[in-house]
Amino acid sequence: MASSQIIPTRMELAKQKKKLATATRGHKLLKDKRDELMRQFLDLVRENKALREKVEAALQAANKNFVLAKASTSDQVLNAALLAPKQEVYLETDTRNVMSVDIPVFQYKTRTADANDIYSYGFAFTSSDLDGAVKSLADLLPDMLRLAEVEKSCQLMAAEIEKTRRRVNALEHVMIPDAQAKIKYIKMKLDENERSTQIRLMKVKDMMLEEARQERIAADAR
Amino acid sequence: MYKVAVMGDYDSIYGFAALGLSIFPVDDKEQGQKILKDLAAGDYAVIYMTESLAAKLQEEVDEYREQMKPAIILIPGISGNTGAGIAQVKKSVEQAVGSDIIFNGEN
Repeated sequence: MASSQIIPTRMELAKQKKKLATATRGHKLLKDKRDELMRQFLDLVRENKALREKVEAALQAANKNFVLAKASTSDQVLNAALLAPKQEVYLETDTRNVMSVDIPVFQYKTRTADANDIYSYGFAFTSSDLDGAVKSLADLLPDMLRLAEVEKSCQLMAAEIEKTRRRVNALEHVMIPDAQAKIKYIKMKLDENERSTQIRLMKVKDMMLEEARQERIAADAR
Repeated sequence: MYKVAVMGDYDSIYGFAALGLSIFPVDDKEQGQKILKDLAAGDYAVIYMTESLAAKLQEEVDEYREQMKPAIILIPGISGNTGAGIAQVKKSVEQAVGSDIIFNGEN
């Protein structure tokens, strides 16, 4: 206990009481924040897991298609086919505030509206495997972007939850007990001072009464 | 207006070029570090990275973990799924909850 450093005065007592009240209130608020963040995080992380499994499976299928496409087309033709993409993807980012954590929201835009612009090559010299492979990737793109959004949100929220949890624990196990101990110490000390003052006064009164009595006896004797 | 980048070995990522994502073929660690740094400083909000490359750039990937931008998302490369992507999700859960309650010791 750090009470050896504090001076037992009424002012210090008032200060510690205020500190305890703030700490208790902060503790309650932070605990609520942590609980709500945790609830949202768990929902999000479940989505993240499901989405990731889906995307990974689909990407592997797409990769298989690309291997097939590569096998049936020469490297030069393939490189030339994908050299100058017609389509381009832009992201519009925004943030959403969840319990004081800013999480990203992505909206994607393509340069051209035509869905067929993903094929940046003539169909004459490439195999149809390539078309299928490119198509399978294009279908996956919205899911992949959603995955990016969800996974980043999870990472940011996890960091915030960790921080909040530490704060809650620090308040609960250090700040609040410390303030309580100090208040108790000061109260005891003040009570003790009061008692000792009272006893001193009583003693002084007794002494004065005794003196007065002695004086009266002396006066009577004369 | 942000763009989307894909990093990894050429064979794993060349298909994304057709969709209009920017591809950055990377072979070795130094090159990867440099490109990643440039991309993060530039206007790329999402960087998809193959798991095999991310294994080499572990430190850099972790550094961007708690920043708003860029989001580095691991994807399986052509050589197969190493489970590093799902491990990232697991790491988030462990960081937040203290123990892994979503995966319950699978994989």
